[in-house]
Amino acid sequence: MTNELARRTVLLGGIAGLSLTASACSVTGGGKSKGGSGSGKGTISALFMKQAGYSEADIHGMIASFESKHPDIKVKPTFVAYEALHDKVVTAAPAGTYDVELIDVIWPAEFASGGLVTDITSKMPEDWHTRMLGGALNTAEYQDKYYGVPWGPSTKLFYYNTAMLQKIGASKADLDTWDHVLAVSRKLKSHGVCKYPIAWSWAQAEALICDYAQLLGAFGGSFLDSAGKLHLDSDAGVKTLTWMCQTLKDGLTNPGSTTFLEDDVSKSMAQGQTAFSLNWDSTYRDLNDRSISKVVGKNGVMATPKGPSGKQPGVNGAMALSIAKSSKNQDAAWKFIEYVTGEAIQERYIKSSASNWKASYDKPKVIATNKPVFDAYKVALRETILRPAVPGYNKISQGLQVEIQKALLGKKTPSKALRDAQAASNT
Amino acid sequence: MMRPGRTQEFPQGLAVRPKKSNGQGKMAFWLLLPALVAVFGIVIYPVVRTLVISLFEVNSVMATDTPFVGLGNYEKVLSDAGFWAAIGRTFYFTVTSTVLELVLGLALAGLLNARIRGRWVLRTIVVIPWAVPTIVNAALWKGIFNAQYGALNGILSQLGFQSDYRAWLGSPTAAMNAVIVADVWKTTPLVAFFLLAGLASIPNDIYEAAKLDRASRVRTFFSVTLPLLVPSVSIVLVLRTVEAFKVFDIIYGMTRGGPANGTQTIAYYAYTSAFSDQSYGMGSAISYLIVIVILLLSAVYLRALRRSEMSLL
Repeated sequence: MTNELARRTVLLGGIAGLSLTASACSVTGGGKSKGGSGSGKGTISALFMKQAGYSEADIHGMIASFESKHPDIKVKPTFVAYEALHDKVVTAAPAGTYDVELIDVIWPAEFASGGLVTDITSKMPEDWHTRMLGGALNTAEYQDKYYGVPWGPSTKLFYYNTAMLQKIGASKADLDTWDHVLAVSRKLKSHGVCKYPIAWSWAQAEALICDYAQLLGAFGGSFLDSAGKLHLDSDAGVKTLTWMCQTLKDGLTNPGSTTFLEDDVSKSMAQGQTAFSLNWDSTYRDLNDRSISKVVGKNGVMATPKGPSGKQPGVNGAMALSIAKSSKNQDAAWKFIEYVTGEAIQERYIKSSASNWKASYDKPKVIATNKPVFDAYKVALRETILRPAVPGYNKISQGLQVEIQKALLGKKTPSKALRDAQAASNT
Repeated sequence: MMRPGRTQEFPQGLAVRPKKSNGQGKMAFWLLLPALVAVFGIVIYPVVRTLVISLFEVNSVMATDTPFVGLGNYEKVLSDAGFWAAIGRTFYFTVTSTVLELVLGLALAGLLNARIRGRWVLRTIVVIPWAVPTIVNAALWKGIFNAQYGALNGILSQLGFQSDYRAWLGSPTAAMNAVIVADVWKTTPLVAFFLLAGLASIPNDIYEAAKLDRASRVRTFFSVTLPLLVPSVSIVLVLRTVEAFKVFDIIYGMTRGGPANGTQTIAYYAYTSAFSDQSYGMGSAISYLIVIVILLLSAVYLRALRRSEMSLL
């Protein structure tokens, strides 16, 4: 009996010891996953998202173009939904599965401090600082270092169904403020033109925070106080959330919005079931695509309407291409990033995403390819609202998503929900 | 007296082991080696590694600075209201889905066991939901429940049962029930086939005896069929409870834990902590707490079922 017990103890101890040895005495094993410059040739793996911005076909086109210019480098792309992108980057990090990774503007602090992405400050040419839009360049900046190259500045624009507006004798000029949008929505509803005129992406996801941020900016608020500390339960925040809840109560917002992501909102607009929505810049391309839209030529785009504060900032929703710290072929990865973020490529695919480069905005030929979006951008990018650039952003955002949803579903008052979100962010 | 089907127990030290020559022992070792390597690599190593990680504060998958916190992560988790809320939701999901699957599975098994023409076609069709991958099943039901273009809203409106489209996944309770419906749709066929095997093993002469005794159909079901199905039911109960308690993929595909965390089960909570928040220590601690709950549940079941003479366990 004692022998048996001793044998089991030794076995368990041995397994525990082996487990630690196998992870090179590090709890995570992350320390040994060191990347390298590589030969600058060979095959690289790249992780992209399959959602807003550049489409899968766009990216395949860019890769084909890159490979024809660099025949000694092959690019193997992987596409995931935006909602899976963060976790995919995290879980792939120790194994070094991807060389190039698309990251959101809200993740550089977390990924840089966690050692998941490479500092590329020294690789960036000096003239990029003057040739690139200031707001774009900072997309993947953390503590004065750059961890990625922006792949198009992006913000949510306001889309409207022109055919529906015509039916009640309204026009774009009537949509300059959120109050006016609600007035037009009431008219659309009372005339039976549209049952729920506005659709939002208010599912429990980052999409909700993007919509909330844009409205928060219009109400004159911010996620941070004057001292730069997180301040989720500000007066402007409570007013914003109260306004959101009211549009649901009044039946102006589609009740399905609490389950919608941007894609659902875009589909609802494309099916002619929604009059107004906020969505990313590539939505204009999709609404005018005959294969997926019933409202081709019947929609307009403009910067987000003004709020009570008179402001109309767009939420900064830019993405960036980073090099994974565990990549063994970082030089080849950089060549690819440099190519696809270049002025020529960005202008070629301007209908899917805006350009990083100042010069693009002075080229009539480029502007003419997507003029309505360019016009909206001119206003929307005058001022932007940022989500907090802190390492624990994901957790803060998730807490805020849950609390905002509780208010939207009538489980809590807006002030209590935001107070609880603030309290949760402090733990 | 020895129970049928059980092996004879030898007194301590008297167990008889077949003698093997040295050559046979070596051969056995080499044959077992691939299986041992696989078991170590995909079961033992991750299990022990997770236990080790749960004792450290790990805030990034690539972290090198990971202070030892002992049971600190467990204390933190157990004092977190979110953990207990997730446990509550998981119990609701587990109990409701398991009961529904058992009841519906039993009815379906009865139907599949009936002597009807084309029975094999019916059996083939019934197994289809089980053959659908869970993540596909989740996407399917997400589409069916969609507030704007879902089939359920379309059918109910066409039939005049509702005038307005409903957001079936729009409130925490409705969303949880919708997830349960999707899970029941997928898993009931498995339960039915387990019970069908049980039904097929019941000797026909018992039913004939019941008939001679003029027992009604209901009486026959409760006095003959159900007691003799206890072994199959017990297996299904243990399997489904454990599986349902670990539910993750259908939640990930349908609701991602929303709305307002209304469908966040304990496994999803562990996933969010580990991968979205990158709190690997916390995520590992939650995983171990899930294991403890499942072990406790299994122990309670096994104890209860061992008392039953009809149980196979």
